Amino acid sequence: MELKEQILRTIDRNSKISMSELAMMLGREEAEVTAAVAEMEADKIICGYPTLINWDKVSNEKITALIEVKVTPQRGQGFDRIAERIYKFSEVETVYLMSGGFDLTVIIKGKSMREVASFVSEKLAPMEAILSTATHFVLKKYKEHGIIMEQEEEDERMIVSP
Amino acid sequence: MRDPLNKAIVDIKPSGIRKFFDIVTEMKDAISLGVGEPDFDTPWHIREEGIYSLERGRGHYTSNAGLKELRIEICNYLERRFNLRYSWDKETLVTIGGSEAIDVALRVMLDRGDEVLLPQPSYVSYEPCILMAGGKPVVIELKEEDEFKLTADEIRNACTDRTKILVLPFPNNPTGSIMTREELAPIVEIVKEKDLFVISDEIYAELTYGGKHVSIAEFDGMKERTVVINGFSKSYAMTGWRLGYACGPENIIRQMTKLHQFAIMCAPTTSQYAAIEALKNGDADVEMMCDAYEKRRRFLLHELRRMGLPCFEARGAFYVFPCIKSLGMTSEEFATKLLMEEKVAIVPGTAFGDSGEGFLRVSYAYSIEKIKVALERIERFVNNHKVG
Repeated sequence: MELKEQILRTIDRNSKISMSELAMMLGREEAEVTAAVAEMEADKIICGYPTLINWDKVSNEKITALIEVKVTPQRGQGFDRIAERIYKFSEVETVYLMSGGFDLTVIIKGKSMREVASFVSEKLAPMEAILSTATHFVLKKYKEHGIIMEQEEEDERMIVSP
Repeated sequence: MRDPLNKAIVDIKPSGIRKFFDIVTEMKDAISLGVGEPDFDTPWHIREEGIYSLERGRGHYTSNAGLKELRIEICNYLERRFNLRYSWDKETLVTIGGSEAIDVALRVMLDRGDEVLLPQPSYVSYEPCILMAGGKPVVIELKEEDEFKLTADEIRNACTDRTKILVLPFPNNPTGSIMTREELAPIVEIVKEKDLFVISDEIYAELTYGGKHVSIAEFDGMKERTVVINGFSKSYAMTGWRLGYACGPENIIRQMTKLHQFAIMCAPTTSQYAAIEALKNGDADVEMMCDAYEKRRRFLLHELRRMGLPCFEARGAFYVFPCIKSLGMTSEEFATKLLMEEKVAIVPGTAFGDSGEGFLRVSYAYSIEKIKVALERIERFVNNHKVG
């Protein structure tokens, strides 16, 4: 496997790991690994290092909504232009172009249902190209980015075994 | 009243580090690098298949040798991964873990007084199993300068007229040592010359780093004198499912199946159904786990060497075997003091034979985060006890 792919697989679930540890684990020189990471950052292969937070444990004021959006694609620009108008809002977490019954999945985070509702009704729905929206509120997150949110990590093995 | 016990059994001495194990189990808040099983849970699709088999009411006996479909998948797997060709109905037996296969293989092959070459350090159950089968263990003490690999000369020097079996425990628990194709070649020659049989315990075969495991049974003329033992515990993280298997010459497997039939009847049915799923759709899981172990292995070797504990490049299983001789302590002293002072549990090398003296078995069946915490404590301990 190529070095870059090895790096990506290693940091996919843990971006906190240091360059020296990463180099150790892959059996490479630190400089080599650092350069490969920098290159992937420049190429937008690595797009950021966010933290996966279970906000439910911090406050109950964060609300996540998934909005199905139907749009009219625009001549010459397809869906990209309308997607851009949507993703530029800071409330918007995620925008995907979809196949199937609707066109865009928009995931937004707000402080309250009212805030989400007002974003949809005042910002999103009135856009010219948007035909319809269907807003679904997330009740509970079980798993995100491959990580199970509530699982207790308990080692049930005997403390020593041959 | 008469003594109810069998003398040969009573005479088998319990594991030498019983005392250490007793102390460890008392200490509830210790962190451990002492475990001999994967930290991963059995992959979900395999567990789910086990659950489904229970839902379907599959709680009956299977045939003594194991489900036909499982034996066919085992043979496919051995051919796919290790270039070994066995017949599913004549040369394959599904057992309760590799452990039962070791026991039964020794029993059907040994006559009273036959000698068994047993390289040590190695897994703790070979020696008592040899004794219980009426055989005589002849220990070959593997050496650090050979990276705890077995050499043809060591076999030659240990052979007598009564030598019948060689136990070949690679990839090795506890040293992490492996045998490459080039290193096996001279072993093959001497085994043929001395007309020996081999019990090749390949339970850690999938956990080989920087190259692929080579089975001695793959060599010309070796299939007919080798019993290959493998199982699901290590490669698929299924230790508690208790499922292993033996493949070998028809005449040996037939007798093993007979013994297995009378002592065991058949391996657990639920586990057998789950194992079919593991073999059919588990390659990606094996690769994922192996990849994780490999990273931890490099990390651990690097850090132990950095703190001044020499470690040879162990390329198998999930153990490294650092030398602690420079600290002027025995393995058991080191392990006990480390446990008392820093609350880290590591198994002393002597648990696996006298030739493990001066070494520790450090397991990396733990997350990097846990390994880091343990290493910090080990480093502090080493610094506190440096000689001079």
